[in-house]
Amino acid sequence: MLEIRNLHVEVEGKKIIRGVDLQIQAGEVHSIMGPNGSGKSTLAQVLAGREEYEVTDGQIIYNGEDLLEMSPEDRARQGIFMAFQYPVAIPGVSNTYFLKAALNAIRKERGLEEVDAADFLSLVREKMELLQISDSLINRPVNDGFSGGEKKRNEIFHMAVLEPQLAILDETDSGLDIDALKVVADGVNSLRNEERSFIVITHYQRLLDYVVPDYVHVLYDGQVVKSGDKSLALELEEQGYSGLGEETSTVSS
Amino acid sequence: MSESVPNEIDSYLVDFARLEDASNTKTPSWLQQHRQSGASRFAELGFPTPKVEEWKYTDVAPIAHTAFSPAQYELNGLQASQLSELTFGNLNCPRLVFVNGFYSSELSSIQDLPKEVQVRSLAEVLEEDPALVEPYLARYAKCEEHAFVSLNTAFIQDGAFVCVPSGVALSEPIHLLYLSTASEKPVVAHPRNLIVIGEDSQAAVLESYVGLQNRTYFTNLVTEIVAGANSVVDHYKLHQESKEAYHISTLQLYQERGSSLRTFNVTLGGLLTRNEVNAVLDGEGCECALDGLYLLSGSQHVDNHTRLEHAKPHCDSREIYKGILDGNASGVFHGRIVVQPGAQKTDSKQSNNNLLLSDDALVSSKPQLEIYADDVKCTHGATIGQLNEDALFYLRCRGIDTKTARSLLIYAFASEVVNRIKVDSVRVELDDYLFDWLPRGHLVREAV
Repeated sequence: MLEIRNLHVEVEGKKIIRGVDLQIQAGEVHSIMGPNGSGKSTLAQVLAGREEYEVTDGQIIYNGEDLLEMSPEDRARQGIFMAFQYPVAIPGVSNTYFLKAALNAIRKERGLEEVDAADFLSLVREKMELLQISDSLINRPVNDGFSGGEKKRNEIFHMAVLEPQLAILDETDSGLDIDALKVVADGVNSLRNEERSFIVITHYQRLLDYVVPDYVHVLYDGQVVKSGDKSLALELEEQGYSGLGEETSTVSS
Repeated sequence: MSESVPNEIDSYLVDFARLEDASNTKTPSWLQQHRQSGASRFAELGFPTPKVEEWKYTDVAPIAHTAFSPAQYELNGLQASQLSELTFGNLNCPRLVFVNGFYSSELSSIQDLPKEVQVRSLAEVLEEDPALVEPYLARYAKCEEHAFVSLNTAFIQDGAFVCVPSGVALSEPIHLLYLSTASEKPVVAHPRNLIVIGEDSQAAVLESYVGLQNRTYFTNLVTEIVAGANSVVDHYKLHQESKEAYHISTLQLYQERGSSLRTFNVTLGGLLTRNEVNAVLDGEGCECALDGLYLLSGSQHVDNHTRLEHAKPHCDSREIYKGILDGNASGVFHGRIVVQPGAQKTDSKQSNNNLLLSDDALVSSKPQLEIYADDVKCTHGATIGQLNEDALFYLRCRGIDTKTARSLLIYAFASEVVNRIKVDSVRVELDDYLFDWLPRGHLVREAV
């Protein structure tokens, strides 16, 4: 579904990603781990389509198409979802209405009928319960005054509603206590199926206890230095990132 | 000290002389005196130039250099049926309609008002019951320093007189609709409104100014509002004049103790607009809200100059002005808060936020605080910026195209003030205007 070939990315003239190759098939959950500064977030931003990040070499092919030629909204409409690490607050734009607009834009692309306000609410009711999104939260302006946990749950709630093909979770676990983490993990797991793929970017291994990955890749200094299965994550937890040449960072949570 | 070219004001003085000659013996001497003071003060001051501090960013030379004739009551084919588009979704309320500054009884409708409430043409009151207005007219908006107020005062003829006696709560707003059916040659009108709300009363007044054609004309407006003790007054001024027109307006507000006054100033039209809003909180425990919204594009210019004076203690004031500027438009916000000695426990908040949608749009924002008391809370803030790129990116990442995302954010920006409008039909109308103005606005309408 997704193929990243020899990706090189610079931001403000600084080389961040120095040759990354990755292949993701439908139904797979890939985790990308690495210390601070390894390029994890940059990779996520490039996949989402952030213009400040300059791709100096390499390709990203999504379902046979050149992803780098697609605008962020096109990527969303083609089934890519990004759960942001720092979701921005948008005062004045209600969570409900914004999500309905997004859903309808995506449904239109898929040749489905648009939903009205009433249908939308019944559609999302179940997912609201799953992610513990209250009625008041859904009617508030997007992320405005939301706690850290609420923001992250809201991101996964968006994902549950928009039903993407490829979901990228950028450090979704950061700043979450164990209860919020479980809710988020349940949400993610409920969406796992044979057609849907996930890229779970984490610094700590904790989330991966609940969202068990099929593959783990370790990003260090802009390159994938190791790939393996879920046991690699456990190995990192025990040994830390120092084995890869980085001095201070550890993986234990 | 006049810095203007003499023949700019001559035509006005000639027109004034004609007006004086035409006025009959019924014109009360107090009114004649006001007019004469206005005329002589205008002759002394002349039109302000940008060398005058308060007019630094607004050059009224185009007004000074245009030969405006006095406006006449001319329907120019205006039909009563056209009004339905201008009445906030056919809001059924008492309505005075003015054409080029003159009252039109055929287009007005004043039904269902309690009989002690006066909603009348000022010209009619000045002829039939001048004693009703003498204690108030021209006593609040002073001529001394202000050329345009002087000019308006010199030409006081018609406008609206609204008087709600004490203890009356009106259930419907009162709508003052000013239509310009300007003719080929540029004309000037000097509408004068006087609104007096009695003690313990409640009223809402909407002033709307609409240019029916895209012509050049000059509206020189003064509205005086007196809010009696403990009254609740909700006031709106909607400016939708022709985009070739000049609109200079002074809103003078006077509050007695315990009164609560909110005024909402919306500028959508006009080529050159100056809105002066002066509020004096002259009693303890007053509340005052000055809200404003200006939505500009093309070559429009708006200058909002406000002065909010806390003359007595324990008053609260809030001022929120928001501007959205596109194209080559320019805006000014100059908000002065004055807290007099003795106005302790003043609580005042002022903010001006501006959204620039193009590289050529310009805004100048200057809050000014003059505080002479020592136990007060005064905060102010001003922002001038563009759309939040992170917010835009977030919306796009969820599948919303760039144009719609921008419009959604612009609407959200305006909605903070728009949502403060209490009269539903006015708010709906303003929302509709925004949805029309914004690219893909129909999608925004569905999303909010």
